[in-house]
Amino acid sequence: MEYESVIGLEIHVELDTESKMFCNCSTRFGEEPNTQTCPVCLGLPGSLPVANEKAIEYVIKSGLAIGCDISLYSQFHRKNYFYPDMPKNYQISQYDLPLCINGHVDLDMDDYETRIGVTRIHLEEDTGKLIHVGGAGRIAGAEYSLVDFNRAGVPLMEIVSEPDIRTPEEAKVYAQKLRAILISLGVSDCSMEKGSMRVDANVSIRPKGSTEFGVKTELKNLNSFRSLQRALTYEIERQKKALEEGEVIVQETRHWDESKNRTSILRTKEYAHDYRYFPDPDLVPMQFDSSWIESLKAEIPELPDERKQRFIRRFGLPAHDANLLTATKAMGDFFEEAVSIYAGDPKAISNWILGDLSYYLNTENLEIDESAITPKHIVEMLKLIDNGTISGKIAKEIFPEMFETGKMPQAIVEERGMTQISGEDEIAKIIDTVLAENAAVVQEYREGKERAFGFLVGQAMRLTKGRANPQLVNKLLREKL
Amino acid sequence: MELYKLTIHEAHEKLVSKEISAREFTESVFSRIDKVEDKVRSYLTLTKEIAFGQAEKVDRKIASGEKIGPLAGIPAAIKDVMCVEGVRTTCGSKILENYVPVYTSTAAKNLLNEGIIMTGKTNMDEFAMGSSTENSRFFPTRNPWDLERVPGGSSGGSATAVAAGEAIFSLGSDTGGSIRQPAALCGIVGMKPTYGLVSRYGLVAFASSLDQIGPFTKDVRDCAITLNYLIGHDPLDSTSVKIDKPDYTKALSDDLKGVKIGVPRELMVEGIDPKVREAVENALEVFGKSGAIVAETSLPNLDYALSAYYIIAPAEASSNLARFDGVRYGYRVPGTEDLMDMYMLTRAEGFGDEVKRRIMLGTYALSAGYYEAYYGQAQKVRTLIIRDFNRAFEEFDVLVSPTSPTTAFKIGEKIDDPLQMYLSDICTIPVNLAGLPAISVPCGMVDELPVGLHIIGKTLGEEMLLKVAYSFEQNFGWNEKPAL
Repeated sequence: MEYESVIGLEIHVELDTESKMFCNCSTRFGEEPNTQTCPVCLGLPGSLPVANEKAIEYVIKSGLAIGCDISLYSQFHRKNYFYPDMPKNYQISQYDLPLCINGHVDLDMDDYETRIGVTRIHLEEDTGKLIHVGGAGRIAGAEYSLVDFNRAGVPLMEIVSEPDIRTPEEAKVYAQKLRAILISLGVSDCSMEKGSMRVDANVSIRPKGSTEFGVKTELKNLNSFRSLQRALTYEIERQKKALEEGEVIVQETRHWDESKNRTSILRTKEYAHDYRYFPDPDLVPMQFDSSWIESLKAEIPELPDERKQRFIRRFGLPAHDANLLTATKAMGDFFEEAVSIYAGDPKAISNWILGDLSYYLNTENLEIDESAITPKHIVEMLKLIDNGTISGKIAKEIFPEMFETGKMPQAIVEERGMTQISGEDEIAKIIDTVLAENAAVVQEYREGKERAFGFLVGQAMRLTKGRANPQLVNKLLREKL
Repeated sequence: MELYKLTIHEAHEKLVSKEISAREFTESVFSRIDKVEDKVRSYLTLTKEIAFGQAEKVDRKIASGEKIGPLAGIPAAIKDVMCVEGVRTTCGSKILENYVPVYTSTAAKNLLNEGIIMTGKTNMDEFAMGSSTENSRFFPTRNPWDLERVPGGSSGGSATAVAAGEAIFSLGSDTGGSIRQPAALCGIVGMKPTYGLVSRYGLVAFASSLDQIGPFTKDVRDCAITLNYLIGHDPLDSTSVKIDKPDYTKALSDDLKGVKIGVPRELMVEGIDPKVREAVENALEVFGKSGAIVAETSLPNLDYALSAYYIIAPAEASSNLARFDGVRYGYRVPGTEDLMDMYMLTRAEGFGDEVKRRIMLGTYALSAGYYEAYYGQAQKVRTLIIRDFNRAFEEFDVLVSPTSPTTAFKIGEKIDDPLQMYLSDICTIPVNLAGLPAISVPCGMVDELPVGLHIIGKTLGEEMLLKVAYSFEQNFGWNEKPAL
């Protein structure tokens, strides 16, 4: 049977505010444990929360950026459950009155386009962090556990998608696009590594054409876009196999193990947890007037889709290039900076970014703004090609060194003596050598074997280690033959 | 003379005129404590050292000719539910037996900044749950008028401290009557201001939407003076109201010409001890003499107030008290094997029966499948009660009733009958549900025990409330003290 997968994502994003959600503590990452705390975020008796307006603003802006309806009346609820990383044993979150509802994100999948609905965006506080000592750092077998409350109370935005995603690739593109949008808005740095962006995936499968939902599983520990895609691919296959073998899919939470490339059961969801949500009486309901919402709308900067259209219009890029270049804000910024200092064809810049640079970035698992190569490197290299100092082939050869060391292309070319040989006399001499060493091939050519010409060009390039100007080699070789 | 008998306004004059010093005043109060505390047991913690340090500061100020405010140098007690930095704060519970806060509640800070002399932290029903102070996990407090009887609760210790002369005034908290009922039972003045008027920051929460801090004083003028310094917008409390601070003492006048006083019939019938009702009816005649118009009115939904309260308050409490888990502070049962065990045993031992009863009630009321039938329904009742009051206040300036349906009952009398105990707050609970201000002033005696008159004001109507209370006090002229 042919199956179709149904995927929904829950994305948690830590907001980049100066202070925490309900107190004045700093949100800075990586400080000494429990140094960024106060009576409020430690949940000490008698302390009270006061909502961070900036965080509310950030969520509403995020909602506006993806076409959400903004609730003019919204409320915080308490989500009650006991866990040592929660100072109050309840989390201030939102329930039936979230800040934003009914949004969407449009995905350009190259050969088709699709729209992913966003059910809601709500605001809550992050929990603390447990550090398990002994037992290899996992709770099972740990000798004891320590709690770091620096993260407790950091504003956390949860974006819940509709189950509109159909492939692991779409899931990845959706998450990446949201990330690009949120970074453009400046509401979060969305670092999956630091945990300021966390993705959980719900996935089920069903016979193609069916409109009913299958039993879903929830995937956790998806620490990169790559693991999101791989975990989903694995899980869909696992579910297919299970169904084909007549097994039943159980609703459960599964843990993605990147090194073993598989998911395993974390906990079953036989009964839903009763969080006993109720409106937090310490926080008055939020009421916004629509003129304030309008003023926030006016502050929204250019978003990835608009940027993509501008790249097509302004730089004459193909849609494919523009789409990829605007997939992250950093990549778009890199491209624009390069274009601004280069008089030549923007497409050439795009080719290098999307070709060699992306290849090496992927290999090293780096973001473009973490790379030693800057727009200046690319432009200097292009200029060397344009003025005939190096060939495109040489450029490709020096690229790894440039990528690794950050040295400028001119310097590398000089150090390695790789400038192109464009002197006619010098090339003529080389051709003479080639002709003398390959008398038999020359004979074949003269007898009408056109392919022999290519061989002779190749020999000339070999002798010069690729530095000979290929056009000149061609021209002089024809003359001599 | 026995300085501990002074009111705030009397003592202030003597301090300013240097007739007495803050140190002498403090000494007088502490020797009174030495004399009667064993019998009454108002205090969980005495802060004598801090008190004399504060007295010295005030005396220096006076000596240097600096102007002092009306509360400077006045010995005052604080209910052990408000955090004071460095001073043990137990909430009457084992689970916080050795808990020392790292910050001071806004209400206490406001008064400490005014130069009050902190005598100590007073006994209370555990986490303010109770109407007799018998639910304190440490010891019961006794009524100064009859040591066999309860002082009321939950702020029993704060009430007895003032009534027994162990403090000039005190702070309590009122979630369903916890200031007004003990004030009535101890024959003093106790006020619960409008919800949000006094910051709740640093008040250990029982039921956040109902809790309010207020003063116990010897007379209405002292109440107005204290209120002047207690209130004010607090950026640390989202529910704190923003208003221009009035001078409440300016509202005190005994002329009630044209003031309309309503008597809700639902609060004068069933369940009210006939002798208490009679005392209140006699009191009403005093209003007629000062020019007020007294008439009967009705709050038809009041019958449901107690039920709604015992859903909403425990629901909020079940969540508020979740933080007491032995992880970060307070009591932790030693030697448990795993997390669940530690949670359960710590809470089982740390909390007393009444607290556990309410946590269970509240947890149940918020559970999936029951939420709408209980919590949702109770909120609707709350709305109806607010409407009832609004309607009554279209016609009347204040409403009056007995504060408590009975006078002080015997220790042990109701402790095993929670429902009877809950009925002690039948007159006061609706006021918390509606967030209104109300005051209890003494209105005579029944069988040698004081009776309280309950006056309810409009939202932020403290000035009218104090005016009516002051007028009553002046014209009624009751001035008895317990023979202790």
